[in-house]
Amino acid sequence: MARWEGPFTKIDDYRWEIPKNYKPGMRAPGLIYADENMLEAIREDRAPEQVVNVAFLPGIVGHSLAMPDIHLGYGFPIGGVAATTVKDGVVSPGGVGYDINCGVRLLRTNFTEKEVKPKIKELINELFNDVPSGLGSEGKIRISDKEIAEVLTRGARWAVEHGFGLPRDLEVTEEGGCLKGADPDKVSARAKKRGIPQSGTLGSGNHFLEVQVVKELYHPKAAKVMGIDKVGQVLLLIHTGSRGLGHQVCDDYLRIMEGAVRKYGINLPDRELACAPITSPEGKDYLAAMACAANYAWANRQCITHWARESFIKVFDRSLNELGLEQIYDVAHNIAKIEEHMVNGRKVTVCVHRKGATRAFPAGYKDVPQCYQEIGQPVLIPGDMGRCSFVAVGTDRAMKESFGSTCHGAGRMQSRAAAKRSLRGVDVARELASKGILVKTGSMASLAEEASEAYKDVTHVVEVTHQAGISRKVAMAAPIGVIKG
Amino acid sequence: MSDMVPVKTFEFINHTADTGVVAYGNDIKQAFANAAMGLFSLIIDLNTVVENLHRDIKLSAEDQESLLVGWLNELIYTFDVEHIIFKKFEINRLTRDQLQARCFGERVDLSRHKLKTGVKAATYHMLKIERDNGNYRVQVIFDI
Repeated sequence: MARWEGPFTKIDDYRWEIPKNYKPGMRAPGLIYADENMLEAIREDRAPEQVVNVAFLPGIVGHSLAMPDIHLGYGFPIGGVAATTVKDGVVSPGGVGYDINCGVRLLRTNFTEKEVKPKIKELINELFNDVPSGLGSEGKIRISDKEIAEVLTRGARWAVEHGFGLPRDLEVTEEGGCLKGADPDKVSARAKKRGIPQSGTLGSGNHFLEVQVVKELYHPKAAKVMGIDKVGQVLLLIHTGSRGLGHQVCDDYLRIMEGAVRKYGINLPDRELACAPITSPEGKDYLAAMACAANYAWANRQCITHWARESFIKVFDRSLNELGLEQIYDVAHNIAKIEEHMVNGRKVTVCVHRKGATRAFPAGYKDVPQCYQEIGQPVLIPGDMGRCSFVAVGTDRAMKESFGSTCHGAGRMQSRAAAKRSLRGVDVARELASKGILVKTGSMASLAEEASEAYKDVTHVVEVTHQAGISRKVAMAAPIGVIKG
Repeated sequence: MSDMVPVKTFEFINHTADTGVVAYGNDIKQAFANAAMGLFSLIIDLNTVVENLHRDIKLSAEDQESLLVGWLNELIYTFDVEHIIFKKFEINRLTRDQLQARCFGERVDLSRHKLKTGVKAATYHMLKIERDNGNYRVQVIFDI
């Protein structure tokens, strides 16, 4: 594929603008957060053209943004952020992606590495048994056709009410684990049928569950507020989304949006950007269905949290209180949200599309949980399984220039097929084991696809967002045990 | 003569985050069938699959490209909901906007089958249907 040869205007060491006059039809300039060393790989991937295409969306304000983990997606790049005005803008399912509310949840423990290491094999085996994962896996919960509507409407609240997890978990989940405006009637019977058997499953692909150890603290004060007290402390990370239900909602609405594009006479440079005015019936229906899928994902992560806690209780024979297995936070990184932001000095209600990007609200902001009011919203940035993950907090600067958004992870560098050709799953498992990381997976092929070599270095990605000031690093943790779907 | 030579069935192509399939056929039906074969080859080694059941699929779409995406997504849906892997596809009718097919395969049996990659959806990204000297070449990228 040809390298992208368009213009990057350097704003500072971490900001590169694509001018609005690059292509006729752009309604906003593009802006990519990256350092000079990343630019070549970004050009090779052609993702900047997708940043340009997103700038065509009616009602877009500010910049068509991309985070340093940018790579080629469908319509929108992964790592893309775009805000459109509710009044005269559009919503695009491609700006959310197939895995609606793919996201990350982080829990702390009272344990240190020294206490967990001798039992890591037992723990990973137990987690593998207790949390359904992998392709073709079915959940342990049986949801009736009637009850699915409750899950879609109430999200993680439904799960907590049914004994999965603690009410406090909801306080430290984005949107309280329940996005408003969900209407199960807007979700097709097909989507529900795909979702019902997969409720409470980790899934496959890049989804995982990790036992991690804190390696570094960059902002000890904020870490302490989150319950991360010291280097060597053990954490638990859950990365999954809305499974087949979300994929089907996306697919269904992409088709509906194709019709809407013609109906409303919207001019787009790429079919996968199909969209509809936010206030149109098609736009409203998509947002109502998307909220359902988002809630399904939150219920999913809530159930998995519960089973993971049970695994710890069994393996260590301690009470939940003694384990201190408390939730730090839960973020969505594939979602569209109606939010208020300042645009050219005026408060505007916008639809913020975050596709492979994380909300990063600052201290003192109303949507940040009470317990984090002084430090800002926790931002969870998982790396790939061989490397590390980061915890950060949102900043005022993010609020001012990136619609309160930052990066979401490492970002792929190599195609899955290429990774699989060059690596074998067994070798990947062996190499990780030599680094002290125990991996359990249902699929060795899938393991090779997700090997470190296939990803950009998350440390580099997080450093750019930190230096650019759109999120602030708090802590870094590395895995000692991984369950890979 | 050239159009009588059996063309390649399918091959995988690279895309940063995902994988695609390019499928070939002496006619459009064969290209659609080979694309479906490519899809299931991503999920499983088809040599381990037998044909002991079938499903009929009937679809309509706006145009032939949408029909290709719809066809593959229908198969992904059947895999997700019924856990059926198909390995043989008889496409009985394929027009610009309609498709009728009978698909043969079996239900996943985790004691015998080793599943490889999960596929979320067939996408419109870099979607192509091309005709060259009567031979067809179709390209689809999957979100996996």
